[in-house]
Amino acid sequence: MINKIITGTFFKAVLVINALMVLLPVFFLLNSALRETGSFGANPLELARDPEWNNFTQVWADGEFPNFLKNSLIVTLGSLVVILICALGAGFILGRYQFKGNSLIYGFVLTGMLVPAKLAILPLFIQLKWMNLIDSHFGLILVYASGALPAAIFIMAGFFRSLPADIDSAARIDGASEFQLLRLVLAPLVRPGLAIVAIYSAIPIWNDFFLPLVFLQSPEKKTIMQGLTLFFGEYSSQWGVLFAGLTIAALPLIILYLLLSEQFIKGLTAGAVKG
Amino acid sequence: MEMQSRTLKQQQRKFIWIFLAPGLLTILVFTTIPAISTLSYSFFKWEGFVRGSFAGFENFQNLFKFPWRDQFFAALAHNTIVFIAIMIIQTSLGMLIAYALFRLKRGQRFFRTVTFLPVIFSLVIVGYMWQVMLNSYFGPINKILTDIGLESWAQPWLGQTSTALPTLVFINLWRWVGFPAIIFLAGLNAISNDFIEAAKIDGAKEGQIFRKILFPLLAPSMTIITILTFIGAFEWFDLPYVIGGTVGSPAGATDTLALMFYRLSFGSADSVSNDIGVGSALGVIIFIIVGVGAGVGSNLMRRREVEQ
Repeated sequence: MINKIITGTFFKAVLVINALMVLLPVFFLLNSALRETGSFGANPLELARDPEWNNFTQVWADGEFPNFLKNSLIVTLGSLVVILICALGAGFILGRYQFKGNSLIYGFVLTGMLVPAKLAILPLFIQLKWMNLIDSHFGLILVYASGALPAAIFIMAGFFRSLPADIDSAARIDGASEFQLLRLVLAPLVRPGLAIVAIYSAIPIWNDFFLPLVFLQSPEKKTIMQGLTLFFGEYSSQWGVLFAGLTIAALPLIILYLLLSEQFIKGLTAGAVKG
Repeated sequence: MEMQSRTLKQQQRKFIWIFLAPGLLTILVFTTIPAISTLSYSFFKWEGFVRGSFAGFENFQNLFKFPWRDQFFAALAHNTIVFIAIMIIQTSLGMLIAYALFRLKRGQRFFRTVTFLPVIFSLVIVGYMWQVMLNSYFGPINKILTDIGLESWAQPWLGQTSTALPTLVFINLWRWVGFPAIIFLAGLNAISNDFIEAAKIDGAKEGQIFRKILFPLLAPSMTIITILTFIGAFEWFDLPYVIGGTVGSPAGATDTLALMFYRLSFGSADSVSNDIGVGSALGVIIFIIVGVGAGVGSNLMRRREVEQ
């Protein structure tokens, strides 16, 4: 009995310590964003009792930040549109049709999943330059889409396969074309799959700084995470402003996550859990 | 009827390609072709971004000669250490947290949400946040250590060669541990309750149930985590780049194969010139390490998995 209480307490303590380890740095981030830079020297851990909202105004007034956010939004949403449309179509075919070449195409998509985009970055750079897609949001969108598509197609194919076959025949007997079948009948049924694909793809794209670092050059086109690397250098001695900038960049996802945590967890682990 | 089914077939064939084409073309143009090009680039001499003559395996050989050899093996050693450290520390902590969540009856949702929270953070934000927290003079970590009387422990964690890499592994742990935790939790939840109940009736203790029933049945989750960790560790780039820059500061202590690949591809602060040939050769080698390692590893581990 006593043993049981000790084990119970031990495992609860594990969770509480883990929660503190996660939450304290996040709290430090938010708290520091509301402090005056001068006060850090004396005590880096003091509570921001008298919030210094000025830090946020200063970040915003810097002029580039709103633009960085806008660019990230364009690139992320643009990639999502391409990914969702392509994965819906390809997942529909691979999940519901038997045809010659089916397994060949599966194999092709699978190899796409095994190639890390980072290691093909040089030819990609030269190729984008040749296609006039360097320093272009559209070029970046296509590269992100290509990276996310293999997994997205597999996830969607799985969802399409799980729907009963009778639906198709019923719709076809009613005279629906294949396009109508997909758009009006099946697409609404695979909506949970689309949500998973959207989160699986969008979060890493929003958070990425590597591809924009290589492919975007004009300051007015830079994305938020790439912009932060410039910002961090510029304000390295103004901690209050620095943390306000980090907070602005982190907050959109934190809020979305708190609202949709179940979907986030499902979406971000989608590649690792068998469906 | 015959007629109708044939037109349906024809109509379907047309649709197959209309629906498949956009996705397949995007993958072909922006993933497959560049990947094959990397392989071809590695067999040529390069002058900046201009391709020269065919070089055979010279670029690969150059990687094992001065000046690349030492960098290559140092980086390879760092990647290997990081993989082992993550497997030992992060994976077992992830499993511990997963099991603690699994046996929790109330409040699981809250702790699960908190556990996974850092995984949604951009590594740029994680990197900068910890860089400030670990700052030698004004950072809260050293301040706390000093306040609780461990003044001698306070040190420039990211600024000295002896602690830089372990500190990066720790930051990586902070950001990632929720991921294996959630995967293991999903694995635990998928195990039929009957096994656990039967063992309890037979008088098995909690520790025995975990060792003899739950742990072996977690093998599929273990395989996935190991493979993903292997790939992540040997392509480790974002966090070392954000914190140590392209040269793996301090003094190359946090250098990785992917950082070296980046330097060779695009040049860096300390050597402006790049060498695309050698860079591509390194890219091919990283790809082989990751591909062979993940392939062989998953085969070996799958064989050890047991069915429920």
